[in-house]
Amino acid sequence: MQRLNWQLGTVVEIRQETPSVKSLILDVPGWIRHAAGQRVDVRLTAEDGYQTQRSYSIASPPEDTYLMLTVERIEGGEVSPYLTDELRVGDRIELRGPIGGYFVWDANDERNNNSPLFLIAGGSGIVPLMAMIRHRANSAQTVPTKLLYSSSSYEDIIYRDELGRISAKDPSLRVIHTLTRRRPENWTGYGRRIDRAMLAEIAWQPAENQLAFVCGPTALVETVATYLQELGYGPGRIKTERFGPTGG
Amino acid sequence: MDDNDLRLDGDAAGGLLNEVFPFEMTAAATTYSGCGAIKPVGELILYGHGMGAILGCAGCDVALIQITRIRRYYRLDLSGISRLQIGADIQ
Amino acid sequence: MAEFISRGFKGRARETDGALKERIPPGQYETKDFPVLSAGPTPRTPLERWDFSIYGGIAEELKWTWDEFQKLQRETVMVDIHCVTKWSKLDTVWTGVSVDTLLAGIDLDAQPVRYLIAFCDGGYTTNLPLADVRDGKAWIAYEYDGKPLTPEHGGPARLLVPHLYFWKSAKWVRGFKLLSEDRPGFWESVGYHNYGDPWKEQRYAGD
Repeated sequence: MQRLNWQLGTVVEIRQETPSVKSLILDVPGWIRHAAGQRVDVRLTAEDGYQTQRSYSIASPPEDTYLMLTVERIEGGEVSPYLTDELRVGDRIELRGPIGGYFVWDANDERNNNSPLFLIAGGSGIVPLMAMIRHRANSAQTVPTKLLYSSSSYEDIIYRDELGRISAKDPSLRVIHTLTRRRPENWTGYGRRIDRAMLAEIAWQPAENQLAFVCGPTALVETVATYLQELGYGPGRIKTERFGPTGG
Repeated sequence: MDDNDLRLDGDAAGGLLNEVFPFEMTAAATTYSGCGAIKPVGELILYGHGMGAILGCAGCDVALIQITRIRRYYRLDLSGISRLQIGADIQ
Repeated sequence: MAEFISRGFKGRARETDGALKERIPPGQYETKDFPVLSAGPTPRTPLERWDFSIYGGIAEELKWTWDEFQKLQRETVMVDIHCVTKWSKLDTVWTGVSVDTLLAGIDLDAQPVRYLIAFCDGGYTTNLPLADVRDGKAWIAYEYDGKPLTPEHGGPARLLVPHLYFWKSAKWVRGFKLLSEDRPGFWESVGYHNYGDPWKEQRYAGD
């Protein structure tokens, strides 16, 4: 393993995921194959030399040719409006990675064969978990998996249709949504913030040696991690990634 | 509220850690000098982002790893940990 | 090697009006935000347990409870603040007690003390020459912009020393230990400048 250097990636496609979220698909020559859950640092440089950096989770699975980053546009932000409003196909961005060895999941690691997966996401916290779900779909891994995904409204569910397609084809994957602010007329799913009762209804039993990955705003991550511990999940079986109060 | 990188995990220090260590540090397991608990770096809480990386225990106030980058050198203080375990197969 | 420029990237507004430019030290950019940077978790000390003390090299330790502190003469000041992470914020308004008021009862010239360590809840420390907190240069501030100082910004009270980089304006301050010799505080011990004059760009040790 060597130190990572800054590389240039070219934008080959831009996809609108929700009204405030876009995915950037990048061609990065010489990209070191990453693991699902890892991240990249993105660095922007202005003409006067001013630089700033942000960290983004990789949305694409390790098997894909191109790298996908999914960015939520934060009003008043410095970097996300540039990435979602200004960047065009053909532009290049500087990135460094893959980074992270803790919040990762490898479908081909035999040690994961007997651990049901419980993925919990809040808002843009879905991004690294989506890399895991896509990677799992590409593999022969059939370990039972549940995704509990909290979004503010139906329109704000990132990767909504793709999640529906993947879970429709795979009975070992169950996707459960909860909508916290607005719900469609005929909504029969959860309609509140994730709480202990919801987790107790959904989570695998601790005896099943489940592995949980929790990602999203700091408050959600810490609350969910606490509840999972109270429900009996041991140390090392709950992995967390905090996005801070506003998301990635 | 702007989108400053406010992530608060040891994972957020991954880029800086990688500048210092030629392997993936966030998965390395630290043993706290004080209470003896063992945790991966990625589970530590990151403070000081911007001036350096102060990685602390979620349960107590102890700073385990402190890294500052001062012009041409990195200054690393590992006095908060007594052991570091790094997998030989860590990528 | 030529640096890569991100097409169309402007970044946070960095252009300051001509008249204000001279208030921005070298290497700094102006911000209208108030970024928060901490070296550890935010302490939350209840006011009934808060006190401020000054000791070391003086005959008797001085100590004020919160109620006693509130009765001291208060001042409201407007100052510019400069963070070593390159952001400057102009015209910030603070209310608190001048350090001169706190030191008034001590005959400092009769003591060999010339430095202080400010110590805080959570364990943060920073060091200063005594001269840099006297003569209207420093306050213990408990209000920002007319409202009680929030914990994230250092409340119940923080040190305010605007002529130095803002890491010297220690959050959650609980007192001063006076010394005859200088000793580095937290950031000073990990490579930041011992004094920290933003006009001389004294960011790191050796600058």
